[in-house]
Parts: sequence; C-alpha cells; structure tokens
Amino acid sequence: MDTRAFANRAWLFVVPVMIVVLFSSLTPMMTVVNYSFQDTMGQNNFFWNGVGWFQNLLDPTTAVGQRFQGSLLRNLLFSAVVLAIEVPLGIAVSLCIPKSGWRVGAALVLIALPLLIPYNVVGVIWQLFSRTDIGLLGVGLTAAGVPFNVTQDAASAWFVIIVMDVWHWTSMLALLCYAGLKAIPDAYYQAARIDGANRWSVFRNIELPKLRKVLVIGMLLRFMGSFMIYTEPFTVTGGGPGEATSFLSIDLVKMALGQVDLGNAAAYSLVYNLITLTVCWVFFTYTTHADQKDAA
Amino acid sequence: MADITLDGIGHAYGGAPRSEADYALKPIHHVWESGKAYALLGPSGCGKTTLLNIISGLVIPSHGRLLFGDRDVTRLPTEQRNIAQVFQFPVIYDTMTVAENLAFPLKNRGMARPQIEKRVGEIAAMLDLVPDLGRRARGLTADAKQKISLGRGLVRSDVSAVLFDEPLTVIDPALKWELRSKLKAVHRALDLLMIYVTHDQVEALTFADKVVVMNDGRAVQIGTPTELFERPEHTFVGYFIGSPGMNLLRGEVSGAEARVDGHVLPLGAAYPNLAGGASVKLGIRPDYATLTQGEGLPVTVTRIDDLGRKLLAHVSLGGAGAQSLVASVPRGMGVDLGPARLRLDPAKTHVYHDERRVEGRSLTAGRAA
Repeated sequence: MDTRAFANRAWLFVVPVMIVVLFSSLTPMMTVVNYSFQDTMGQNNFFWNGVGWFQNLLDPTTAVGQRFQGSLLRNLLFSAVVLAIEVPLGIAVSLCIPKSGWRVGAALVLIALPLLIPYNVVGVIWQLFSRTDIGLLGVGLTAAGVPFNVTQDAASAWFVIIVMDVWHWTSMLALLCYAGLKAIPDAYYQAARIDGANRWSVFRNIELPKLRKVLVIGMLLRFMGSFMIYTEPFTVTGGGPGEATSFLSIDLVKMALGQVDLGNAAAYSLVYNLITLTVCWVFFTYTTHADQKDAA
Repeated sequence: MADITLDGIGHAYGGAPRSEADYALKPIHHVWESGKAYALLGPSGCGKTTLLNIISGLVIPSHGRLLFGDRDVTRLPTEQRNIAQVFQFPVIYDTMTVAENLAFPLKNRGMARPQIEKRVGEIAAMLDLVPDLGRRARGLTADAKQKISLGRGLVRSDVSAVLFDEPLTVIDPALKWELRSKLKAVHRALDLLMIYVTHDQVEALTFADKVVVMNDGRAVQIGTPTELFERPEHTFVGYFIGSPGMNLLRGEVSGAEARVDGHVLPLGAAYPNLAGGASVKLGIRPDYATLTQGEGLPVTVTRIDDLGRKLLAHVSLGGAGAQSLVASVPRGMGVDLGPARLRLDPAKTHVYHDERRVEGRSLTAGRAA
C-alpha cells in the first residue's frame, strides 16, 4: 500500500490560510487593480481606460506625473539621508553598549524606549517639541537666533522629520548590531590582540564583516520603513510647507481620499507597491547570493 | 629569544582565593627553555588554557611573576609581549585574502613590505598555502582556515614563544597527523619555543620534547614522554598517559614486598621510609603485567580485548571483591577465560603513597654492600 497518496491531504491545512489571504490582501488588491484600468463618472458606472492612468502617472510632463516624480525623489532623498545617519549611528551606539553586568539591561531598556512609542504619538511629541511658541526645540533654536519654523520653512521641516526618524529608529539598528556583536567569539578579539591590531583595525576587519548580515537586514527594514513612512511626518508637517515633505504615502492619501482621484491613485499605489517589491527582491537575491558565496 | 620563567604563577578567577580549591591554576614554578617544544597535557578544565593565556597576557595572573628572559612581563598587555597564539577554532579575517591574513601581524608591527612578502612566502610554503595565497579566506575549508591561523602564529620570526591552544581539534583526523608532523618540522626549522596545549596524549607525546601533565589546576609531572611512561610521578599521570592507563592496586608495603588482596608481590626496591604495612597504591602498566605459562600469581581472566596488534586480558586477583587489572598476553600464547598465571615485573612496579610516587632504595645496591 502506498501511503504517500494520503500526504496530499496536508494541502487541506493550507486552505484556511489561503482564504484569509484571499480576503485580506488579494481582494482589496484586485479592487485597486480594477480602478487602475478603468474610469468612472460616478453612479458605479465604469469604463475601460487601458494603461491610461499609468501613462499619465509615469509621464513627468503631466500634473499627476510631476506630483509622483516629486514625491518619489523626496522620498528617496529622505530614505537615503536617514539610512546614512542611522546606520553608522546605530553601529556606534551598539559598540558603546556595555557587554556585561546590570548596565546591559539598563542600557537596552533605555535604548528600546523610542521603539515602544506609537507612531502618531512620536509625531505629536515632535510637533509640540518643535513649535516656536511652546516647544523646547523651537523656542531654543529661535532664542539662539537660528531661523526655525516648521510650518513655513522647508529646511526646518526636513530637519525635524529627519531628527525625529533618527530618534525613533536608530535604536532598532543599535539593538540589531548589538546582537551581531555579541555573537562574535572572544577568540577573534584575543587573536587580534595577539596580532597587534589596533581598535580601528579590529572594527574594520572583525566587527564590521561579522555585522554584515544584520546590517543588510537592518538597512532593508529601515529602507522600507522610511520609504513607506506616513504617520509621523504627516502629524508634524501635514506634508508641508507646500509640498516640501509630501512623501509617497502622504501624497497618495491626499490623492485618493482628499481628491478622490481614484484612477490616478490606483495606478500610483500599484507602481509604489512595485517599487517596494523590487527593492525587497533585490535585497533578497543579494543576501542569498552572498550566503551562497560564503558557503562555497 | 629567551627562556620564559613562571615564578610562582598562580591564578584564581575573581581574585583572593581562600583555599587551594579556589585556584584555577595552583602556583607553579617552571622554566620554559627557548627553542624547545613543550606540550601541556591534561583533561578539560585542568587549567592548561588558563596557563597558556597567562603566558600570552590574555589573563593576568593573581599570583606570581612571569619573566621573559630577565624582563618581568606579568602585567604587560598582550600586544607588547611578543607572543604568538593559535586558538582552538580558526580565527581568520574574513574580508582579507590568505596572504593578507598572514601578513596582518607583520603589517601591524610596521614591518617593511618586501620583508613581509618574503616572510609570508616562506610560511605559506611551509604550510602548503601557496596556491591559496590570492584567495579570499572566507570561502576556505575549516582545515585551510586553521592552517591560516597557524601561519599567522608562525609568521613573526622574533616571537618569544608560539602558543597553541588545542589547534587541531577541528582538523580532519587524516590531516591531523600531517599537520602535526608539519608543526614539528616547522619547530625544527624555526627554532622557536613552542607550547602546545592538548588533551590528546598522542598529540602531546609526538609533538613535544617535554610534556607538562596537568590535573586539577596543578602541574603533576614535567618530563620527557619516556619518563612519563616509565616513571609516572603521580597516579594521575600513570592513569592518564598510556592506553589503557596504568593499573593501580590498593595494597600494603613492608620492606621490599607488597601485599595485595592476600597475594605477596616482590618489589624492585625497598621502601624503608614507608611505615611497615603502610597503605599504598601499586602502579604497573599493562605492558609490564603479563600472563605467563610459568610461575606467577594465580588470577582469573574475566575478559579479553583483541586490539589487533596485541591482546589485553582483564584479570581478577581472585575472590569476591578482589581488585582487577589489565595485563598483556604474550604473542602466540593461547588464552581463555578462567584461571591463569600473571607475572608482574618488579622493576616496573611503582609504589604510590598519597598519590605520589615513592622512591625506593635500590635492592642491588643493598645486596652489594
């Protein structure tokens, strides 16, 4: 008797998950796809628009295309800046975390605190903090003679949003790197001392290579986080002044819910989604490829 | 290059020891002579790695002084000690090539480039790493990685000593022999003081000019492989060295005779210093306890082990609760379970009191007088 045939029943266990996935992501996603290829004049009447919305979106000479391009570039700049600050800072912080004793626990809890605060609360904290009438940062900078006004000056708004993101998320990179550092066997440090390596050399030749994997994961998470950011900058600036801090999500919500421009918004979200997926895929193939090279 | 002197070096982790038992390494005096190969042999946790780390400076001893030649280096940091050390698991710098790995200790010490290249070439040739020199160290096998670690240990020609902390643990058994003889050859070629920590007696005995046997934080005997085999100074050495280890039989000694389980055994020497009837242990290696067809102690063979090149018999000294020992079976002699005769070589039978060997007074000298 061949019992293997019965193993096919195992697929039945997957069915509930499939149903949940169908309702949670596939169906809403298909609604968006639907909107992106059709147009409506209301009364629930739709007519076919082909790739019109997409052409519109990807053509920078149109109004929508310009908006999309502007938000995309702003968002890429934002991601690049926060990554460039948070990654080195996270590594630096992780190197300063004590290695043993009660101070480990104290340091880890302190560092993890920003991660435990809800996103919109982070936004509110920084919105209040940067106000020039009651916020410590705003009042302080103004008193020091620095021109600072989040609601009117784009540079001020960017400054606050970047500092806020660094404050909120550097901890995650620091904790990841700390875990990576803890995994390095003592023998490496001992060998480095025997070999006469200086502190920089130990960092460059032992710690940094051993952190490579956690850094790849950390950078992926932070890229995704900053590329899809919405709540915090929206709470602080509402996307302004003007369009200055309108990142992709903020712009998309404005378009879809504010202007009810469903066709353009649908194409917008699909392209947005495709960009994130592509970046994920590139990261994934890069890391698995690097692992294979290691194993070889 | 100079001798390394342990002047009462002892270590207790966590500082002030209250009793002997608190020492991870009990105070020891010893001089490691330059140019010799030593092995530190003992079971896991006996303090051998602690001792090694004290010499390299990774551990600062709580007691005693460490001298390189006449220079007191007890508190000197590792980097200023001129010591090379190879660890149990391969430590390589992932991002560097094999050649860069080997050059690293020299580069850090500011050696000129042509000299570095020459030295790296020499060491790579000794360890058969030449074909891999340009490759990235990351992708290599564990064997090759450990060879790189060995190479980094050997690359500096001016070191006071090269320390090995069980360096062949991760190496494939077939390669072990090869690498060990390579190390031996390197030792001859470089004329360095080498200290090799291991728990494998074969490794220790084949590598070293002198073996330091350690147990429970104490160096119990320091000697050549022959000395350790023929005259173990401590029951632990007798038991630990040799496979199987020395037979140890509880008994009593008076004069030149021992009494074990009712049998009287002649000894090779007299022991006037031991009080008559003193309770001692007799130690005799299985190689010198042989079954015989002639005169001998009546014993019972309880088990026979065929090791291929020789037969070992487990024999009981008779009676319930009697002690048993392992004996050799001479070539060509048939043996079966059951009664047999056993001959113990008196000259190779040692007497241990309080686990330490007691030196007897030679019988021949006594008779000649």
